[in-house]
Amino acid sequence: MLPWLPPMLQQLFLDAAIETLTMVGGAALIAVVLGLPLALLLHATDRGGLAQNGLVNRPLGLLINAVRSTPFIILMVAIVPFTRLVAGTSIGTTAAIVPLALASTAFIARLFETAFREVDRGVVEAARAMGATRMQILWKVLVPEAMPGLIAAVTVTLVSLVGYSAMAGAVGGGGLGDLGIRFGYQRFMPDVMASVVVVLILFVQGLQSLGDWLVRRARRR
Amino acid sequence: MSASPAASAQAEAAIRLHGLKRHFTGRGGVATRALDGVSLEVAAGEIFGIVGRSGAGKSTLIRCVNLLERPDEGEVRVLGEELMALSDSALRERRRGIGMVFQHFNLLASRSVADNVAFPLEIAGMPAVERGRRVDEVLALVGLAEKAKAYPAQLSGGQKQRVGIARALAPRPRILLCDEATSALDPETTQEILALIRRLRDQLDLTVLLITHEMAVVKEICDRVAVMERGQVVEEGRVFDVFTRPSHPTTRRFIADTIGHSIPPGTVARLPAAGAGEERRLLQVLFAGPHSTRSVISEASRRFGLDLNIISGRIDEIAGEPFGLMALAAYGAPDRIEAALAWFAELGLAVTPIANDTLEAA
Repeated sequence: MLPWLPPMLQQLFLDAAIETLTMVGGAALIAVVLGLPLALLLHATDRGGLAQNGLVNRPLGLLINAVRSTPFIILMVAIVPFTRLVAGTSIGTTAAIVPLALASTAFIARLFETAFREVDRGVVEAARAMGATRMQILWKVLVPEAMPGLIAAVTVTLVSLVGYSAMAGAVGGGGLGDLGIRFGYQRFMPDVMASVVVVLILFVQGLQSLGDWLVRRARRR
Repeated sequence: MSASPAASAQAEAAIRLHGLKRHFTGRGGVATRALDGVSLEVAAGEIFGIVGRSGAGKSTLIRCVNLLERPDEGEVRVLGEELMALSDSALRERRRGIGMVFQHFNLLASRSVADNVAFPLEIAGMPAVERGRRVDEVLALVGLAEKAKAYPAQLSGGQKQRVGIARALAPRPRILLCDEATSALDPETTQEILALIRRLRDQLDLTVLLITHEMAVVKEICDRVAVMERGQVVEEGRVFDVFTRPSHPTTRRFIADTIGHSIPPGTVARLPAAGAGEERRLLQVLFAGPHSTRSVISEASRRFGLDLNIISGRIDEIAGEPFGLMALAAYGAPDRIEAALAWFAELGLAVTPIANDTLEAA
């Protein structure tokens, strides 16, 4: 791997890549698990939804917008006490997952909600006419019908997370972005910087292609 | 073929809607009355059509039958039970006994044909093995057994609607609601789907309530029809009666689109003028029932010494009964014409003078 780099840097590079994967993967996993029910709740409580409820919908929407509009670097620092509570520390790769997960949960919840909105209302009506419960409509109609959109949303979130994870260096999260700054920029090693950028580009391309392929598979039309 | 009215009067109607009102508040708080006091009874085993233009309230009405739309006031009795009084879970249970078919099919794109048909059984908690058996059965019933593994996107409109019908019938409902079920289909496919619905009604002893904006659909399969306008039923009756003796202007316009026709332009102008001592009159003759096959025109000509010039005419069949509409130019002495008119009336034929060159089944 990357034979033009000295062996010591190769090891650092490998460690950084694993850190990036850990942060991106961990945060994305949490974002999907938390974001999906949040999005369903948003969608169902929206006007004309299955359980229209402004008292739930509006505060939830506001909260999500607040998280989304806070610049990530500020969010990361602002929630340090929360991070410490959850991860036991505020420094390191695991700790970095907390703010990453928070930001991407808000992000993906909106994207998921949009995907649910794309589902034909007629299909939901048909399910109601067949005597489906609201839970059945959510999990047996909305989620499977929105699947192509949901997969696309996960792809976009993963790609954004790769970018955010570079900022995690600020809290000692490590990762490829951090490596690029510390070696490529601060120690004037342009080959390290270039390698980081190229690897990240390839990684994002790979993610996008995989996502697109899965969307095509899920879309039965 | 059609349900006997006598039997339906005794037994409780399959669907009984009474005094339904429903209003919607639009932008700026403007209220529109989608239903303004609608009462209807659909007898068990009949195909009942509700016809009206878009916005007449028919869509809201059919949605009230399974309470997808809850009326502001009124009664919704289905198979003898008041649905408005039911709890949510009891209502869901009853909905499984009321199949519904939609204009845009509303199939789940993510599921195969078989899995779409299985859906209502799945949500009702039927075990998988039994479900599979029932799905095969219903798909065979609608003639789509070979498409079980296909996805909706791979089907034609007619096939999609067959899947929609199979899905609606899978839980063995007694009632089928058709919401503009053929409006997205071409004329040929429409015929196929209507024939299928009629066959299934006969085979499964279903009660069918359908809404449509096409009088041709009503003419094709309905036993009885109600005409809606501005949230109200303006006319209701046996299809043949409504078609041959419509009383409301809206009904007449609907029928004119289907069976009425204009006299070709210039035809009247080209007609020869009446001779000395004679009169020329343009008449419309409506044949319905037993006389529609009798040769009344030539008989009238002989009896009263009139020249009867047929300008246009057509014979049709409505709800299985023959029906004819003809335009005549009658030449003869005024008293002979009057005598002929009286004779027509005696035979029970509806004869009316033609105004503005348009025939109307009225």
